[in-house]
Amino acid sequence: MSLNFDLPEEAVMIRDSVRDFAENVIRPKAKELDDQEKFSPEITKQMGELGLFGFCIPEELGGNGCKYLSYMVAVEELARVDGSQAATVAAHNSLGIGPIYFFGNDEQKQKYLPQLCTGEKLWGFGLTESEAGSDAGGTKTKAEKQNNDWIINGSKIFITNASSDACLGVTVQAITGSRADGKKEYTCFLVEQGTPGFEAKTMHEKMMWRASITSELFFENCRVPDANLLGKKGEGFHQMLDTLDRGRLSIAAMGLGCAQGAYELALKYAKERKQFGKPISTFQANAFKLADMATEIEAARYLLYRAAWLCDQGRNEYKKLSSMAKLYCSEVAHRCVDHAVQIHGGYGLMKEYDIERFYRDQRLLEIGEGTSEILRLVISRQIGCYEK
Amino acid sequence: MKILVCVKQVPDTETRIKIGSDKKSIDATDINWILNPYDEYAVEEAIQIKEKQGDTIVTVISVGPERSVSALRTAVAMGADEAILVKTDDDAYLDSLAVAKALVSVIKELEFDLILCGKQAVDDDNLQVGPMVAELLELPCVTFIADLKLENGKATAKREIEGGTMVIETSLPAVLTAEKGLNEPRYPALRGIMMAKRKPIDERQLQYIEPKIDVVSVEYPPTRKGGKIVGEGAEAVPELVKLLKEEAKVI
Repeated sequence: MSLNFDLPEEAVMIRDSVRDFAENVIRPKAKELDDQEKFSPEITKQMGELGLFGFCIPEELGGNGCKYLSYMVAVEELARVDGSQAATVAAHNSLGIGPIYFFGNDEQKQKYLPQLCTGEKLWGFGLTESEAGSDAGGTKTKAEKQNNDWIINGSKIFITNASSDACLGVTVQAITGSRADGKKEYTCFLVEQGTPGFEAKTMHEKMMWRASITSELFFENCRVPDANLLGKKGEGFHQMLDTLDRGRLSIAAMGLGCAQGAYELALKYAKERKQFGKPISTFQANAFKLADMATEIEAARYLLYRAAWLCDQGRNEYKKLSSMAKLYCSEVAHRCVDHAVQIHGGYGLMKEYDIERFYRDQRLLEIGEGTSEILRLVISRQIGCYEK
Repeated sequence: MKILVCVKQVPDTETRIKIGSDKKSIDATDINWILNPYDEYAVEEAIQIKEKQGDTIVTVISVGPERSVSALRTAVAMGADEAILVKTDDDAYLDSLAVAKALVSVIKELEFDLILCGKQAVDDDNLQVGPMVAELLELPCVTFIADLKLENGKATAKREIEGGTMVIETSLPAVLTAEKGLNEPRYPALRGIMMAKRKPIDERQLQYIEPKIDVVSVEYPPTRKGGKIVGEGAEAVPELVKLLKEEAKVI
């Protein structure tokens, strides 16, 4: 009898604390920040004080030594209220802090992790390029060795947390030659803001996550010392895959939180809104939508939690489940925001109602960190569809 | 300085309460239990004193069933140093005096300079335990404090009263009960939560104390009845006034 669905006490306490914080600190400001497309250094600082950066990093490096499951619960709670703040936290932990912690040497960890774990500064992960999205093979950014330095040339796009004063630097993946099998060899480098030849621009006019930072990166003869190489030369591709396997779980948590938040807004509205003299929640057309939402959310939650639990156990199966959880949670979120807007009727189309923001914020989740199409490809490969 | 904070675990104020099958208590299933909000002010005040003065130990004490451990852990995650649970049986009913006596039985063994409580628990709303603890210990008691300063072994507290503020000074040790507005309780940070997990909670079994009062029944508030239109325009006013006086009895 070892099957136990109770969350550990640590996760329960973190859920309570993050929910209170999200309701009292984030919810009152979410709409305004979204309207103005404004990143909030104040909220980021407060999230840092709460300990939302450096979840799974040991305490001696400035983190909190939590389980991955607790991290998922926290991201879920943030996304239940606001996608932008959840994005800042998920990206900084999974893509900013994660690669430095997992692949960095002691010196790099000591240098960067303590200040990244307080949230005082953020760090990005530069992977996607204008011509290399789903097809990572289209990457053009290159790094060439010159004496003890590397010269980086190229550009990256749609990179979270990688520009403005709030950001300290980025991990950038670049081609450093060809492998024995003729394929491109990738290596990751740590590049700090202010390095000559490196420019990071904040991207505007976004549909979603408008209170989070999305950046475009330009490298023009950007010179970094050999000491900034992450891990070993040629490990960049593997590092990227490993980072995405874990990162996908945090996008799944955002999907789950988004779905939960949308469902709660819809249920509340449906019970208050009266048509034909009765609350619209009592019409079966709406009641069944709400029942579907509640059911799918429950299923999504246990898929994600199981994936996170496997990750905490150090079991490799989590990789398949993380793709499944990301695919499923983001698509459940899609159906939930869609139903929720429908239930809100005309009001759901107005910015005055939070559901309008949820509807826009959801859309990224089926695209970022692996589109739903690529995830289906990954899963179908993992279950052996293309093997003879 | 040694500060004791008496706390209680209560249902989340957003929980929909169901009456138990005995009609005398609430059904505990599906309740999300939290640290009583007024007790959060008391815990926060104690931690702020500790942060300001240094060299202070904050001990939280609760009387309640095993599940109360999580309220104590919340207080420790906020920054309290030690926690003591006086454990009761799950379904035991304790009146305020029994709770106060149970608290005092532990407090008597401890050294302290100040005792803080929330002004009331938001479940049964008796507002009695704090003053009773003070009485049993023969200590001064100031209730509903909205501001506190400690200086030269004395406490100066402000109380919001009808139409104004009352300033009270008391010697220490004393029992003070916290009102909303005393401070802004912090959210337990992850660092604190991880530390709280490792800190042992001193659990003791309650020696049976017979309650002096009995709960006869617990009932839901009456369901709201539909409104009544008594007429239209100025002519309807006398009838409306009559009904408000005689039927609704509100004026």
